Amino acid sequence: MTAVADPMAASTGDTVPETVRRRRVLDQNWRELLKVGAILMVGQVFIALSGMPVSFDRRLIIDPILSLGYLSLLWLPLVVGYAVGREQALEGMMAYTKGGREVLAGAITGVLGNLGLTLLVVGITHFDIRDPLVNWSPQLLELLEFEQSVWFGALIWLGIGAATGAAGGGLHWVGARNRRTVITVIAAVSSAAVLESVITDLAQGFHIEAVANWLYAPKRGLTSPAAAVVAGATILAVNAISALRARAAHRLVSAAEASPTESGSTRGGRLSPRRLAGFALTVAAVIVLPLFLGRLTNELLANVGLFILLALGLNIIVGLAGILDLGYVAFFAVGGYSVAVLTSPGSPRFSPEMPWIGALFIAMLLAGLVGLFIGAPVIRMRGDYLAVVTLGFGEIIRILLLSDWLSGTFNGAQGIINIPGVEIFGLTTVRGFEPRSVLYLVLFFCAIAIYVSWRLENSRIGRAWMAIREDESVAEAMGVDTVSAKLMAFVTGAVLGSFSGAILSAKVGSIFPHSFAIIVSIVILVVVIFGGMGNIAGVIAGAAVLIGVLGGPNQPGLLQEFAEFKILIYGALLVWMMLQRSEGLIPSVRRARELHTDELNQDAWLRAQADEADDASNPGVLDGQGPRP
Amino acid sequence: MSSPPMLEIAGLHVVFGGLHALSDLDFAVEEGEIVAVIGPNGAGKTTFFNVVSGMVKPTQGQIYFEGRSLLGLDPNKITARGIARTFQNVRLFANMTVLENVMVSQHCRTRQRMLDALLYTSRFRREEEQVRARGKEVLGFFGTRLTGYRFDQPASVLSYANRRRLEIARAMATSPKLLLLDEPVAGMNPVESAELTQLIGKLRDEMGYTIVLIEHDMSVVRDISDRVVVLDHGEAIARGTYAEVSADPQVIEAYLGRAADGN
Repeated sequence: MTAVADPMAASTGDTVPETVRRRRVLDQNWRELLKVGAILMVGQVFIALSGMPVSFDRRLIIDPILSLGYLSLLWLPLVVGYAVGREQALEGMMAYTKGGREVLAGAITGVLGNLGLTLLVVGITHFDIRDPLVNWSPQLLELLEFEQSVWFGALIWLGIGAATGAAGGGLHWVGARNRRTVITVIAAVSSAAVLESVITDLAQGFHIEAVANWLYAPKRGLTSPAAAVVAGATILAVNAISALRARAAHRLVSAAEASPTESGSTRGGRLSPRRLAGFALTVAAVIVLPLFLGRLTNELLANVGLFILLALGLNIIVGLAGILDLGYVAFFAVGGYSVAVLTSPGSPRFSPEMPWIGALFIAMLLAGLVGLFIGAPVIRMRGDYLAVVTLGFGEIIRILLLSDWLSGTFNGAQGIINIPGVEIFGLTTVRGFEPRSVLYLVLFFCAIAIYVSWRLENSRIGRAWMAIREDESVAEAMGVDTVSAKLMAFVTGAVLGSFSGAILSAKVGSIFPHSFAIIVSIVILVVVIFGGMGNIAGVIAGAAVLIGVLGGPNQPGLLQEFAEFKILIYGALLVWMMLQRSEGLIPSVRRARELHTDELNQDAWLRAQADEADDASNPGVLDGQGPRP
Repeated sequence: MSSPPMLEIAGLHVVFGGLHALSDLDFAVEEGEIVAVIGPNGAGKTTFFNVVSGMVKPTQGQIYFEGRSLLGLDPNKITARGIARTFQNVRLFANMTVLENVMVSQHCRTRQRMLDALLYTSRFRREEEQVRARGKEVLGFFGTRLTGYRFDQPASVLSYANRRRLEIARAMATSPKLLLLDEPVAGMNPVESAELTQLIGKLRDEMGYTIVLIEHDMSVVRDISDRVVVLDHGEAIARGTYAEVSADPQVIEAYLGRAADGN
């Protein structure tokens, strides 16, 4: 580990500079602190006045101590307190030891930021601001006062600002390894709290209600002892995993040194045995788990699945072929309405009352035709123009469905009702009130969509799509027929989107034009971008996080309290994602491959070294075992 | 000549607004030749490539490749006929791997359908294997620089010289008869440039490509070109061997006057 002669040790210079200096605690960049503090102030006041704290207050994270409402006002000072102490460490640049100075910087920004809340508390007792700011409410004042007096609230917020800001700054003090542990613990405890309904549901399925009863206060988040146990377990798990990974990294590096092998190309849409095993396990879990889940969770997962289907379809158009389609909802609508008209006895003019499966094939065909119809004029355009035109087509479809002209067929705003369920070869009927069977239906089509995306990505047409995404004129000069490739992308995406619509029809039993508003297109696009464009796993993860936790445009998620603020949070997440991690939650393999495995190993090794150095210069509060990669 | 030239251009005009990028250009390339197109900046050299590869439509004039007109064909159809090009400002598919870059450019030589990929038919597997093998073969032309672990690296991580090489490999993978190389050695150091010059010679001698190249590096032009065409203000002001052209007073005035000091 202390091999100085190792060539790689030389490059650790950027993380372990020769001159490590301490700075005086008062040696602050005051201008910067003022600026960041002011931004934080605006942020805090905005969150308070948006009404989030009041709406979220019903939801508890840790039973008597912390509600989501208060958390919405606590997290920002913590994050900003950390961010203000962050410095870019460059090779050859003087680096300073982190310590009291960062804690003070965090505390000062925290106090400055929460000064906004203090002023707000004092202000709203004296001035009526309800007129322009409709989300202000007496409950907000009560919440900000901690149900005590105005001055108590005003002062305590300053104290909280100092404490959270200092805690954020303190994250620099404890060293990289402990910092990661702390962040993981926070993430684990909040996910455990957020997943309350799912875990309770699972516990009932496995008949271990006692566990759930102990973990959660009824409908009120984790109990305090449970939170402590979750935190403790996370610390142990993090340490164990990091020790294992560090050992694996060391082993890989020494193996690579022993026999430098040339790695050939083994890709081409085939999976390694290890990934195959992981894949098989996931599939088995996905098939078995719904049996143990209750109605609510199955319903939630079915909604997530519908959006996974839509997002996979859009991913082919946007992620692979790079065509920014803002009207994808059109294909969703075509799928939904085709099935509705063809199966429902309540369809006004034309009502063949076909079985669902037959209707699905016609829906696919129609969606493909609409894909061609929309695609043909659109693919001659590029960039912004294309996006605007697709946006228009998305709206045209909705307005046609709503129009008087076609109300004889589609029943206008009244929509089509009495859509029967899905009859599967006379064996069983899938209906909306049996979420489990709907979930299995959705899963089946998700499997088809995943298979199609996976196979196509590693084929002639998939490569052509990617080339078009990268540089359309060059793709054409290299012999790719861009017109037909782009049309194929539209048609494939349209057909996958129509699956989702067809299932929605049968699931809900009725269909209305307003379900296909423009916001649906936007949400699907956000799911694709947030999850990781061009990557199947990313798209699934994006749908699970956004639709599962926050909720879809018309579907509630795990955090039902977020409903009013869904779009706001979507927007904030998207902005943050674009700034910090523009490749998405799970970046496409292509990007991960930018580092060759040897380099990845070296990277892991270097990080373990850096952590050790970090711990040596910053004696940590929490001490883990073994180096972390 | 008894047989018609491989590429024949007659009376070509390209007008952008009021600018005559090319005016009344006549040009012919015989099979197996290496022809260099030189000229000062803005002389219309790249426009000439853009017209031949179909990316710019000519205002007037005729282009024949192997006796058939190329006018009105889309760039991908022209590539299918057997003309491939590289770009002056390297335009690789940056987020695709090195191997994928040379696989995608075999698009017009492959036949598999979407259904083949979905059903994983034997035709699909056979063709994928062929495409992959052909891609590796083309990359192998540049020694080990683009092979081994490089196959799976995205093109964006390559060094500048390797990107230039990959551009040529990508064009080769389309199985062309005529290669249009737009400043293949720009930005390379003298050693790399000499090596690439030699490889361009090999492209003709061993692989049988006919080559038209645009180049500013006169040592490259002198070493490999059979004939040189000099463009200035969209007109061909001189043609002939390097020795003939470099002695032409009109050329020296327009272009070589400055560059000739270096030779």
